[in-house]
Amino acid sequence: MSEAAKQPSFLHKYLAFFHIRFSAGLQYRAAALAGIATQFFWGFMETLLYNAFWRGDPSAFPMGLQATVNYIWFRQAMLSMFNSWHFDSSIFSAITGGSISMELIRPCDLYAMWLTKSCASRLSRVVLRCMPILVIASFLPAGYGMRFPEGCETAGDVVFALAVTLISLIGSLLVVSSIEMFVYISTFYTLNHAGVRMVYGMVAGFLGGELVPLPFLPDGFYDVLQYLPFAAVQSAPCLIWGGTLAGMDALRTVGLQFIWAAVLIVTGRMWLNRSLKRVVVQGG
Amino acid sequence: MKKISNLTVYRKFLSIHLRSLMQYKASFIMTLLGQFSGAFSAFLTIYFLLRRFGTVEGYTYQEVLLCFASIYMAFSLAETFARGLDRFPAVIGNGEFDRILVRPRNEIFQVIASKTELTRLGRLLQAIVTFCYAIPASGIDFTPDKILCLVLMVVCGALVFVGVFVIFAFICFFTLEGLEFMNILTDGVREHGSYPFDIYGKEIMTVMTFVVPYTLVQVYPLHYLIGRTDSLLNLFAPLLALVFLIPCALLWKLGVRHYKSTGS
Repeated sequence: MSEAAKQPSFLHKYLAFFHIRFSAGLQYRAAALAGIATQFFWGFMETLLYNAFWRGDPSAFPMGLQATVNYIWFRQAMLSMFNSWHFDSSIFSAITGGSISMELIRPCDLYAMWLTKSCASRLSRVVLRCMPILVIASFLPAGYGMRFPEGCETAGDVVFALAVTLISLIGSLLVVSSIEMFVYISTFYTLNHAGVRMVYGMVAGFLGGELVPLPFLPDGFYDVLQYLPFAAVQSAPCLIWGGTLAGMDALRTVGLQFIWAAVLIVTGRMWLNRSLKRVVVQGG
Repeated sequence: MKKISNLTVYRKFLSIHLRSLMQYKASFIMTLLGQFSGAFSAFLTIYFLLRRFGTVEGYTYQEVLLCFASIYMAFSLAETFARGLDRFPAVIGNGEFDRILVRPRNEIFQVIASKTELTRLGRLLQAIVTFCYAIPASGIDFTPDKILCLVLMVVCGALVFVGVFVIFAFICFFTLEGLEFMNILTDGVREHGSYPFDIYGKEIMTVMTFVVPYTLVQVYPLHYLIGRTDSLLNLFAPLLALVFLIPCALLWKLGVRHYKSTGS
């Protein structure tokens, strides 16, 4: 056998990292159960709230009630993938504690390794949590429960919406994980991540539609915000599954998500490699 | 020997917490700002929705803000001063409760005094700022009875939250660990109780009245405050909510009697 064959393939390494982090994440079942209960309650109260607004003035809604309710439930089900407050504490401590030197010894691209870990951990969390919420939400009465996207008439429409939503979710995962990378990399400069995390949480909450779905912001905001990377996280797939973005609009949104993912990954990797040039590990 | 009053002991505890906190000023300020930013986000949500819709079930923007600020203030006071109950799983887990039992003081007093989480005052700050805007802007004539109403809402609200913390601690006696989903009744109420509970419909009103009497410190006195009713029953509803503390205290006693040390 040649030497090269014994070497694990390029992709193989990262798949192994993915696998390790993914299975580790699946171990936290009790936490997942608590998460499901909380996320369900939050979603339930929020649908009731938007229903109250709907009773008051349906004409002020920027989208249909069903689209709004779909948005809320889909977001709640996928929250652990979209959220801007989940970080891998081992990466922070690698940077601040100096064990980064061990990471650098590995024959891997550091950026690719961290990105893989981050994606895997988000995915494992959402896999444990999403199904119960989606199923229960589908059985709630009309106006409160989740339904197929508005405007879907034939089975073909539903399959199309489902496929686009799934692809959009992959885009979301890449974008949110690559934004997460920027927070890690900034720790090389600040050594204290609390401030950056807080600012990121605020910005993502507002620009990403965590507070209210972006179309509910004052008129004109959405026209601009939809093009920012923050809207490529939860807003895009949730609006697609609500039916607010359909057909060509949905495809364009998904395309933009992947463009942002590519831009963020390339610039993030460049920034990380620059930061690594000036890293000083102070022994210990 | 002269017995030192609980108040003196509490003041001693408080000064210890304060001094230890001041050793990490930067961290304290960051956490404080973090708490504030969370509360500010909650405020922004209300702002954007009420700006778009004007009213919700007849409540104006300013009226919702009064509700939001009072529940946030009640929660942040409860969390600041009764944080010891919130971290009760740790108190049981590390054997601290064994030490508490051998001291000649009331147990619940010691648990509460064991931790004062002053970083949680970040939320209080948001509540104060909101009151500063909403009280003049609401157009309510703040006569003494209305002031009393608002004070009762905040103080009794905080006590009801403390009561819920006590129930969590009671459960910990048996499970030895915190039950994460129970925070629906604390964080959940803080977030969704920013709006008067009657907008969520009758079922939620029933749960929030008879499971935990949150409506008695929220919707009912709020109606008096904003002049929807003149009934004195609404004004003094928060005092009625304090009845909730009796079963809480009994449960706590039951828990202490069944306490088995973890051996740590």
